[in-house]
Amino acid sequence: MTLIKVDGQEIEVPDHYTLMQACEAAGAEIPRFCYHERLSVAGNCRMCLVEVKGGPPKPAASCAMGVRDLRPGPEGQPPEVFTNTPMVKKAREGVMEFLLINHPLDCPICDQGGECDLQDQAMAYGVDSSRYHENKRAVEDKYIGPLVKTIMTRCIHCTRCVRFTTEVAGISELGLIGRGEDAEITTYLESAMSSELQGNVIDLCPVGALTSRPYAFQARPWELNKTETIDVMDAVGSNIRVDSRGREVMRVMPRVNEAVNEEWISDKTRFIWDGLKSQRLDRPYVKKNKRLQPVSWTEALAAVAKELKGKAGDKVAAIAGDMASVEDMYALKVLMGAMASPNLDCRPAGSVMDPANGRASYIFNPSIAGIEDADALLIIGANPRKEAAVLNARIRKRFRQGPFPIAVIGEGGDLRYDYEHLGTGADAIAKAIDNPPFKAERPLVLVGEGAFTGPDADATVKLAAEAAKKLGAIKDGWNGFGVLHNAASRVGGLDIGFVPGKDGKDTAAIIEGAQAGDIDTVILLGADEIDVNALGEAKVIYVGSHGDAGAHRADLILPAAAYTEQNGTYVNTEGRVQLANRAVFPPGDAKEGWAIFRAISGQLGSPLGFDSMTQLRAALHNDVPHMSGWDEIAIGDPSDIEKLAGKAKPSGAALISPVGDFYLTNPIARASAVMAECSQLALGQKQAAE
Amino acid sequence: MLSDKDRIFTNLYGQGDWGLEGAKARGSWSGTKALIDKGRDWLTDEVKASGLRGRGGAGFPTGLKWSFMPKQNDGRPHYLVVNADESEPGTCKDREILRHDPHHLVEGCLLAGRGMDAHAAYIYVRGEFIRERERLEAAVQQAYDANLIGKNNVHGWDFDIYVHHGAGAYICGEETALLESLEGKKGQPRLKPPFPAGMGLYGCPTTVNNVESIAVVPEILKRGSSWFSGLGRENNTGTKLFCVSGHVNQPATFEEEMGVSFRELIDRHCGGIRGGWDNLLAVIPGGSSVPCVRGENMPDALMDFDGLRDVGSSLGTAAVIVMDNSTDIIKAIWRLAAFYKHESCGQCTPCREGTGWMMRVMERMVRGEAGKREIDMLFEVTKQVEGHTICALGDAAAWPIQGLIRNFRDVIEERIDEYTYNANPDGAVPSVAAE
Repeated sequence: MTLIKVDGQEIEVPDHYTLMQACEAAGAEIPRFCYHERLSVAGNCRMCLVEVKGGPPKPAASCAMGVRDLRPGPEGQPPEVFTNTPMVKKAREGVMEFLLINHPLDCPICDQGGECDLQDQAMAYGVDSSRYHENKRAVEDKYIGPLVKTIMTRCIHCTRCVRFTTEVAGISELGLIGRGEDAEITTYLESAMSSELQGNVIDLCPVGALTSRPYAFQARPWELNKTETIDVMDAVGSNIRVDSRGREVMRVMPRVNEAVNEEWISDKTRFIWDGLKSQRLDRPYVKKNKRLQPVSWTEALAAVAKELKGKAGDKVAAIAGDMASVEDMYALKVLMGAMASPNLDCRPAGSVMDPANGRASYIFNPSIAGIEDADALLIIGANPRKEAAVLNARIRKRFRQGPFPIAVIGEGGDLRYDYEHLGTGADAIAKAIDNPPFKAERPLVLVGEGAFTGPDADATVKLAAEAAKKLGAIKDGWNGFGVLHNAASRVGGLDIGFVPGKDGKDTAAIIEGAQAGDIDTVILLGADEIDVNALGEAKVIYVGSHGDAGAHRADLILPAAAYTEQNGTYVNTEGRVQLANRAVFPPGDAKEGWAIFRAISGQLGSPLGFDSMTQLRAALHNDVPHMSGWDEIAIGDPSDIEKLAGKAKPSGAALISPVGDFYLTNPIARASAVMAECSQLALGQKQAAE
Repeated sequence: MLSDKDRIFTNLYGQGDWGLEGAKARGSWSGTKALIDKGRDWLTDEVKASGLRGRGGAGFPTGLKWSFMPKQNDGRPHYLVVNADESEPGTCKDREILRHDPHHLVEGCLLAGRGMDAHAAYIYVRGEFIRERERLEAAVQQAYDANLIGKNNVHGWDFDIYVHHGAGAYICGEETALLESLEGKKGQPRLKPPFPAGMGLYGCPTTVNNVESIAVVPEILKRGSSWFSGLGRENNTGTKLFCVSGHVNQPATFEEEMGVSFRELIDRHCGGIRGGWDNLLAVIPGGSSVPCVRGENMPDALMDFDGLRDVGSSLGTAAVIVMDNSTDIIKAIWRLAAFYKHESCGQCTPCREGTGWMMRVMERMVRGEAGKREIDMLFEVTKQVEGHTICALGDAAAWPIQGLIRNFRDVIEERIDEYTYNANPDGAVPSVAAE
């Protein structure tokens, strides 16, 4: 700890603090543009200048100078820093004036207006008028992709975007070219950025130079309702804020959660919102004369009752999709129980995860923040960049801190960090066990859903568990066995046991049974990622929000709310229970999923034991106690992982990541025009590269 | 007045052989091993005792700079970097050393390397210096061939010299920008601290010295520090290469003792001011980045660090730019403002925005198309740039304009009056103030 005096007030701060941090600890506000706590220090905006007593007779950049760099006074007094002297005031006014002379004062037509650092700080630290009477600089706008819109005349050259893309996203696609007044931020060839995290530069940009292209001229920040909720595009469970106006979601922004997403979100999370407005199922449909006809809820529920009433339990099956909330799945599970059907599954991809093995066998045990504590990483059957872009940024963060050996078994590709590719199939795991790719104290074995599916699934998972044990990933105080899911609903579904009951059928068996005629009715809860056309003659009841594969095949459609339209619980890949909140109401006649199942149960004459979300949650928490531990992780028992270990011979088939196209993984994304454009672009870039 | 026997650069004009044989004949590479064997501390102390101040412009004591290098080696190599990116308008001294006396530099590198425990030196040569770079490379090769440097050389101190060719950016002469450029990055100055002596090239302890600072080291060590400190005045010791350009009868680069008067300098070496001393308008005594001085204050000024500080300027690189009464002084300073605007790296705000602003106001002032209060505004803008930037380029851009306003305010006001009169020939003052 170091003693330092800020504006006359003595304060003790850690040695590694910068002057800026020390000043803030002392309660003094320091304006800044280029400094960002998650990026490297650039020190180029010069807004954070402070006066240092005894130093050279000029102000110092507080973001770049450490408290350790200051010398004590002649008699050993603590070094002194001032943030409110005339020198500091003058320096700030000067820098602000310089920033504004070439900044277009087009705030009335700028999307950043109302949430602009330059605007705010000009109010607080600037002077009232300009002395600049020359012509202003104009800079040509650049094309850097369909997501980020540029108005480069507004750029103040803070280089936050450049540092973000190179450091966090791991691509060197943005840079500063030219020098002096002619310096410009660009991708140079004006090609689109390829990062899955590029949207974050919009938040980082302190002015309106980089703004959201889809959101351009749509709304003003002060007219939006802000709802703090959880993202369901992947299993990371990024904390987001949904900004809505009336019944429309206008944009999605990240929230800070150090344990999960820090303050980044992926592009799919951020730009998905136009998909919430198209292809929506806004009223029930029933298939009559081979055509789906819109009907009222009364009619639709009567049709469901007619379909299900008195049917033997093993003739009915249910599959939950990737974005279902725990409450919806719980209600469906109770309904299936009431019908005495054991045929339910929340693993549409057919992965071999089994809650019977215990929680540690299917969650990301080291936790996302724990990646930073690991000292080596083995990735098996996953492409974290596509399956969990934000988690991949955390891996890159750890990688940049070095030394952090990374080995990959699976498809590989550009993961935004260097790694050793050990092989594509499960046989490579066996080799890695005999011949460890690294020696480490706290290794992390990341097992993707790609390892839990496919012909080799059983053998792969067993070998992965064995590898974790052999490499020393499971020991006292460290559980480095992490399962990376790619669907927001999966861990929640496994937690509540949404898997086949005794003699029940799993997804593959349900499809087979439907084809063979053993199963008459299949309830799909937003499950579009299965081969719906293989369901034979079975009647399909689709409960979901979007008209995608499932709805096309359905005989009965019951419109449900999307994730922004209902309260719900989601459990992320590390087993963290988080609450999503309703931002807007569902469109048309759509209802919340659990309420639909409650209504069906009423029609069937055996109502579920809850009439409200509160009652449902009470029952859920009673059944699955850890669901009440919001924002917490119920830690798994490491011995569960050993239940996976055993002997099995793999065939050597390649492990394939479940996410082929990052931008089109779910029905909402497939309904989004922005995602479609991104997907096309990524495909083009991929082909051009090949 | 420097006598011939005290001259360090005896082949400054290329009359003799620049190569190893010629250099040896002039005394280079003699007794070098004995100096090396005296060890690091002796070398540093001797340079300290000589009072040598850095010849690159800032005048920081060279020996002191060397002593900032870590005493204990923590496993990282130490580097000597020689700044041969001589781009300051008016300065042309290092160029002559590279052309005609390169072995002074090569030998100096070896000795300085020993003085800071460095086994490698990088010489960063300005992009426009094509022939100079070739000459230097040839000299380095000669030294390698004669086993004077390299692995297991005759001096017993393994030492490699790498010549790096820049791409011609003025900012790369700033020491940290030079290091960035040397590492293959964009030439933008780094934030200090950390200083290069702690974390410089490739994160290792590094000292960056000017060509002339290093090239004079062998002679200082051979003749002894007292010889060097006996020349010039206290705190301003030794000899210095002066480059005089502009309105003198014979512009020249020459070696002279520190602290001679400006009048002596010009009369002896440059054949006097064009049109006589009464014709002297202004002098920029230390390269483009120092403030100009009114002619009448110059003749008796002593040409060294302290002497020029007394007349409100600075020795800088000792590049003396002389301007007689035919000069449009406003336009001359505008040209420098344009230079700094063009060479600003664009990294930090005050310099990026300020240099352009200053140049544009100057551009109008050249025509007289400005208000008189804008003179004060311009002065304030230069003060807003000075001291607020990452490197010294902001200061360098501000000082010439400050010098102009301090010394030639009357000329600027006259020009403005003239323009106003011509705009309103009948002498009518506009009834509404232009706002």
